[in-house]
Amino acid sequence: MKQILDFEKPIVNLREKIAELKNFTQDSDIDLSEEISTLEKRLSKLEEDIYGNLKPWDRVSMARHQDRPTTLEYIENLFTDFIEFHGDRLFGDDEAIVAGIAFYKEKPVTVIGHQRGKGTKENIRRNFGMPHPEGYRKALRHMKQAEKFDRPIICFIDTKGAYPGRAAEERGQSEAIARNLMEMAGLTVPIICVVIGEGGSGGALALGVGDHIHMLENSTYSVISPEGAAALLWKDSGQAKKAAETMKITSYDLKELGVIDTIIQEPKGGAHRDLEEQARNMDAVLEKSLQQLEAYSKDELLEQRWEKYKKIGDYKLDQSIDL
Amino acid sequence: MLKDFFGKRKKYASIPSEQAKTDVPEGLMQKCKGCHKIYYRKEMKKNVNVCPNCNYHHTLTAWERIDSLFDENSFQEWDKQLITSNPLDFPDYEEKMKKDREKTGLNEGVVTGEGTIEGHRVAFAVMDSTFRMGSMGSVVGEKIARAIENAKDESIPFIIFTASGGARMQEGVLSLMQMTKTSIAIKRFSKAGGLMVSVMTHPTTGGVSASFASLGDYNFAEPGALIGFAGRRIIEQTIREKLPDDFQTAEFQLKHGQLDKVVHRHQLKHVLSTLLQLHQKGGKSLETNS
Ligand SMILES: [Zn+2]
Repeated sequence: MKQILDFEKPIVNLREKIAELKNFTQDSDIDLSEEISTLEKRLSKLEEDIYGNLKPWDRVSMARHQDRPTTLEYIENLFTDFIEFHGDRLFGDDEAIVAGIAFYKEKPVTVIGHQRGKGTKENIRRNFGMPHPEGYRKALRHMKQAEKFDRPIICFIDTKGAYPGRAAEERGQSEAIARNLMEMAGLTVPIICVVIGEGGSGGALALGVGDHIHMLENSTYSVISPEGAAALLWKDSGQAKKAAETMKITSYDLKELGVIDTIIQEPKGGAHRDLEEQARNMDAVLEKSLQQLEAYSKDELLEQRWEKYKKIGDYKLDQSIDL
Repeated sequence: MLKDFFGKRKKYASIPSEQAKTDVPEGLMQKCKGCHKIYYRKEMKKNVNVCPNCNYHHTLTAWERIDSLFDENSFQEWDKQLITSNPLDFPDYEEKMKKDREKTGLNEGVVTGEGTIEGHRVAFAVMDSTFRMGSMGSVVGEKIARAIENAKDESIPFIIFTASGGARMQEGVLSLMQMTKTSIAIKRFSKAGGLMVSVMTHPTTGGVSASFASLGDYNFAEPGALIGFAGRRIIEQTIREKLPDDFQTAEFQLKHGQLDKVVHRHQLKHVLSTLLQLHQKGGKSLETNS
């Protein structure tokens, strides 16, 4: 049974009713085809109304949906010959991040992504997709290797954030994230990042410095979770819904703020409704992205990466201030 | 030894009498945050806000820091006119910023520029925790990135003093992106051979700790400074255990291999100028030449 989100309940109820009527007509002589067709029309209108007008909080719940496709599912659908490699060679292997190489359209690429678990057991093993420093360091090791063998890097971002734990701090959480930001800035191969679920704070950013940043329509990218923002701003984590709106964390907001390049459309009702359709939508964007980036020389690539991030931010000049 | 002072802080703590508390005239006197002894503010100032009794390093404003380190009249401020706009249309943000500017006399949470330390010309960025907790929004990120670029163009070292609670909530994801912007600037500077020194002061946390603060060729910290990524309360809630008192202090970070050195404020100028001397082409030893 798929997890049903609050805002889709009317749709689900109506769908069940239609199914019920269809069942009923099968076992009896009464013809309800007209009623059914009316209801089906109403359903498609309802779906349009609801899915076409998602509030930021609706998208947050979709980004967190337990069935939302994860990094490994996209890898399975879009790449061939994927081999996963483990470990950071310094401390351990962080299963909250997966990394490896594969073919993408007959070209070798390095693929790295946050990995949530599907059930409780896997989630515990993968720490709910919240990395420790060794995760970022594993990612960096693979990125350096990608640079050596001149293959593009594709990063999937899907994390609530860096793990707020004692061990993570002791092993240099800050340094590990900072190091990735700085090193990714200088890699001479194309880097494409795709936010597929939650893009939470520094933990997301540590895989998020790229030449192109794409975002699934119902994913989020933010400096802090809506609950965290509400607690900080209004001392009330119950106001998460309001924070989700104020903080501008949806793909549409980020496109407007100039932080991302492309919004990848999702199937009606979210990526989990149709993984294959979702993978196709992503494929089209990835292919184009890679084609564009492969046309650049190494120097051009680095220069453009800098130009891209240099522009992000908003400020003004107050000429009344004495120099 | 200096490094022992913080461990001993409690031993020397003395609680002033009720009489003493009521006798302290506002503004003239100052109570030490470490040992709670009462000092003349002037006396504490002369000691660069370090407690003469327990060595507690009190906050310095950006300008106090600059005055304490740079040669007289050697500094020049950059990008003074950059102020925040309100990218998320966050309620009351601009009004609050205006008030903060009036209250602190600063235009943002960081002062950038160039100056000389014992004759060595450097570019600098000094964050100020008295301005909105030194939080990093677009202006802070932009000023720091520009200062690093200037250092690169001028081929001079870059020194940053961090003091920040992290990203500025009111600018949302744009604050987060300042981590990237500054880190790319550092990469470019580093590739060009530039020397960067980071001095982490109290507090250096969140997105600032996880970007430029940790990216110096040398990373220093002041004694007792709080340094870390996630907040203590959130960690305690997550792992359901109480953290030790010294968790995320400069000394803790040093012990865990995250810092090059913890430097007492009185020694800072000397350490920095020696370091600059050591990185100067044809630099001569200060000791043998003095
Ligand atoms: Zn004291």
